[in-house]
Amino acid sequence: MNVMDKSMRNESGLTRRQMLAGSAGLTFAFAFAPAMDALAQGAAGKLNAYVTIAADGAITILMPAPEMGQGVNTTLPLIIAEELDADWSKVKVEQAPVNPAYNHPVFRAQYQVASLTTRGYWMPLRTAGAQARRVLLDGAAAKWNVPVTELTTEPSTIVHAASNRKMSYGEAASLAQVSGALPEIKPEQLKPAAQFRLLGKDVPRHDLPDKSSGKLVYASDVQVPGMLYGTIVRAPARGSGPSSFNQDEIKKQPGVVDAVAFDHAIGIVAQSVPQLFAARQKVKATWKDAKASKMDSARDLKEYLAAVRDTAKKGVVVRKTGEAEQALAGAAKVISAEFTSPYVYHAQMEPLSCTASVTADGVEVWAGTQWPTKSVEEAAKAAGTTPDKVKFHTLQMGGGYGRRAFVEYVTDAVMLSKAVGKPVKMVQSREDDIRVGRFRPMTAQKVDVGLDADGKVIAWRHRLAAEPVAPYVYNQARLDADKGVDLIVIYGADVPFYDVPAHLTEHLYEDRGARVAAYRGIGAGYTNLANEAMIDEIALATGKDPFEFRLALLKDPRAKAIVSRVAEMAEWKRKRTDGRALGMAFSKLGLPPVGFSMIATVAEISADQASGKIKVHNMWSVADVGLPLQPNNVAAQIEGALIYGLSGALKEAISIKDGAVEQSNFHDYEVLRQSDIPRIEVEVVRSGDIPLPVGELAIGCTAPAVANAFLALTGKKLRDMPFSPDTVKAALKA
Amino acid sequence: MASISFTINEKPARVDAEADTPLLWVVREQLKLTGTKFGCGSGLCGACTVHVDGQPVRSCQTSISQVEGRKVTTIEGLSPDGQHPLQKAWVTEQVPQCGYCQSGQIMQAAALLATNKQPTREQIVEHMDGNICRCGTYPRIVRAIERAAGGRS
Repeated sequence: MNVMDKSMRNESGLTRRQMLAGSAGLTFAFAFAPAMDALAQGAAGKLNAYVTIAADGAITILMPAPEMGQGVNTTLPLIIAEELDADWSKVKVEQAPVNPAYNHPVFRAQYQVASLTTRGYWMPLRTAGAQARRVLLDGAAAKWNVPVTELTTEPSTIVHAASNRKMSYGEAASLAQVSGALPEIKPEQLKPAAQFRLLGKDVPRHDLPDKSSGKLVYASDVQVPGMLYGTIVRAPARGSGPSSFNQDEIKKQPGVVDAVAFDHAIGIVAQSVPQLFAARQKVKATWKDAKASKMDSARDLKEYLAAVRDTAKKGVVVRKTGEAEQALAGAAKVISAEFTSPYVYHAQMEPLSCTASVTADGVEVWAGTQWPTKSVEEAAKAAGTTPDKVKFHTLQMGGGYGRRAFVEYVTDAVMLSKAVGKPVKMVQSREDDIRVGRFRPMTAQKVDVGLDADGKVIAWRHRLAAEPVAPYVYNQARLDADKGVDLIVIYGADVPFYDVPAHLTEHLYEDRGARVAAYRGIGAGYTNLANEAMIDEIALATGKDPFEFRLALLKDPRAKAIVSRVAEMAEWKRKRTDGRALGMAFSKLGLPPVGFSMIATVAEISADQASGKIKVHNMWSVADVGLPLQPNNVAAQIEGALIYGLSGALKEAISIKDGAVEQSNFHDYEVLRQSDIPRIEVEVVRSGDIPLPVGELAIGCTAPAVANAFLALTGKKLRDMPFSPDTVKAALKA
Repeated sequence: MASISFTINEKPARVDAEADTPLLWVVREQLKLTGTKFGCGSGLCGACTVHVDGQPVRSCQTSISQVEGRKVTTIEGLSPDGQHPLQKAWVTEQVPQCGYCQSGQIMQAAALLATNKQPTREQIVEHMDGNICRCGTYPRIVRAIERAAGGRS
């Protein structure tokens, strides 16, 4: 991995407490709201809400966010340690409680989505670290009776050079007086990036030894004395519930403690997991009618396609630059293409699980969740108590990818515990995890690009039909407040980094009651196939090399740099003669108030024409993530997201027939395995002093890189995800 | 209900369970060795991989009666201190992300290295093909196995 040093940028403009209304309608405030003072009082060595230093120098740093695999439980404490100037070997990381003091500044909650965890906590945690250091310095200055400005620090040591004195952080912490307001730290008082000695240096993740020894405890590993096991049987269709079920029969199954009908589902509690799963398989239920009771995804997709084709039918205008429709009407040439993508399933390796214990005093909950704040609220509601009576344990997640941003499994566990009056570990079989999964919405897209007589792009219209997600995962009011712009669905259906003077994006709502959710990469998983496949179609139509065409059409110097670099890595100019071909794609992640990270990827593929099987041999990616705080971990996230995206591009599809999901486990919902994995080479680029979004960045470039390679290889177009053997064979015949 | 005796991580164990109870649930919930994970319950993902007499098996597909009198090793028993060459290589290569599948990956890999000290890349890929990692740590898994096989850590 090569970390290229680029011209420095700073966070000016985002360091002040400021409110910027983003296109999501979220309020972005990347500033430090010092609600932490109250938590700092009273405890020995507690310097603020995040940092406690014992007399022996041991440092405890609280980690405000949940951990789902992306490594923030090392990155975030490392940010504090950098500004604190801590000796990292003396740092112990603990999970912070659910408390507004630890809220993410954008989401105003402990909530982990949109690859914004590090980006959001960046300034608060730097400030917290610097503030704790300042408290130590003030204590030492008072003790030595010297001006604080004469003090400097080395790792976990305060230095007064003039008198050649040193003091350990342990001693300084015991002198520290924390009362009233904590010292104010201005952004200009923070450490310049050039002086970082932990960030950017590949400090190893501290959770990996326990993840290599089986010691790490996930929610599904929790064991509580007297605990029973429970599961929830939801209706196939969203919004339905049981009208009847074979309750007496289920109650008589071996080990079953109780079987109950809730409004939304059937709950079963048993003495062991095998007994629970055996009983669950015997459930026979009739379900109330709901909007999606007769859902048929194959039929629906045809209707989605009809909707995007019918330009008389107007969707919600998501983004508009210039007058694309007028320009299209006057274009010398219009290139059009249609794209489809199915529902896809998160397939996190740990099926949903949560343990709850409802007592007369409240409720105790153990869960892995991307949304601890919401989990506490929902647990209180389900237990019939108030949030202050919820004792919540935020555990690491066995995969999140957006699935654990929705916390109905916490409610389920609490309801089961309440029903039987005992602690219950709620476990879900893989079959149920898929059957009532919350999927990335199915989509149809149509893109029309207008060229003038010289072949220059003058207009771009992107129409997308899909189920709205926001009303289901948040509420209708939120979608209304965002003027109908459903960012989770529509993300990426724009090309701001290309020179396109007129652009229009429309979302045609297909409100059919599907269970849908945020999914790693959100809209970019399908919208960027449309964007980047169109770029290659335009290049083809105008007789240009796809790389040279991208380079010419991209306006942003960072984008140009990574596209050029990935072409070098892949030896783009070397014509493959061995039945292989290359395809390129560019993708971005972020929003204007956040800043954008960017990635350029080349895939090298071959295709077996008889079987229709695509083999991806190599992938090269260059990712510009601003300031990579742990470059090797950034590379790991890029590798993982490339594979996650490639899995969706090649294999994954959920189909729904007669209102029920047709897939049930990894035999009919296949994901990529070891033998499917190409050789992957990733370079991480540094382009500034702000850590930009990482975790989902690579998702959007995988399908188009493969489709563009297929176009180069065969002259045929892959436009329907996944690029399964059947799709490939159909494309070859077209 | 049957009473089954076997060896778990070199210690004797006796459990009372229905004969067809999957080993997975005995290990996790009765013996409280939760490093072995439930992923699919159908032998499709490999998260529950343990060794029975040194052979890698899917504990969700192995009934407790099948291990009567045999030696079961879980991730907790692979090495006394988490310092098996594979475990060290896993940390050096910074393999895990969410980590949930990694016990199964390591147990599957350990069975390979026990019989083939210098596997080729192709042998590694073939041997590991039954273990799903949804975070996509596959390239690092191969690198870590190669590292451990090469005597590096």
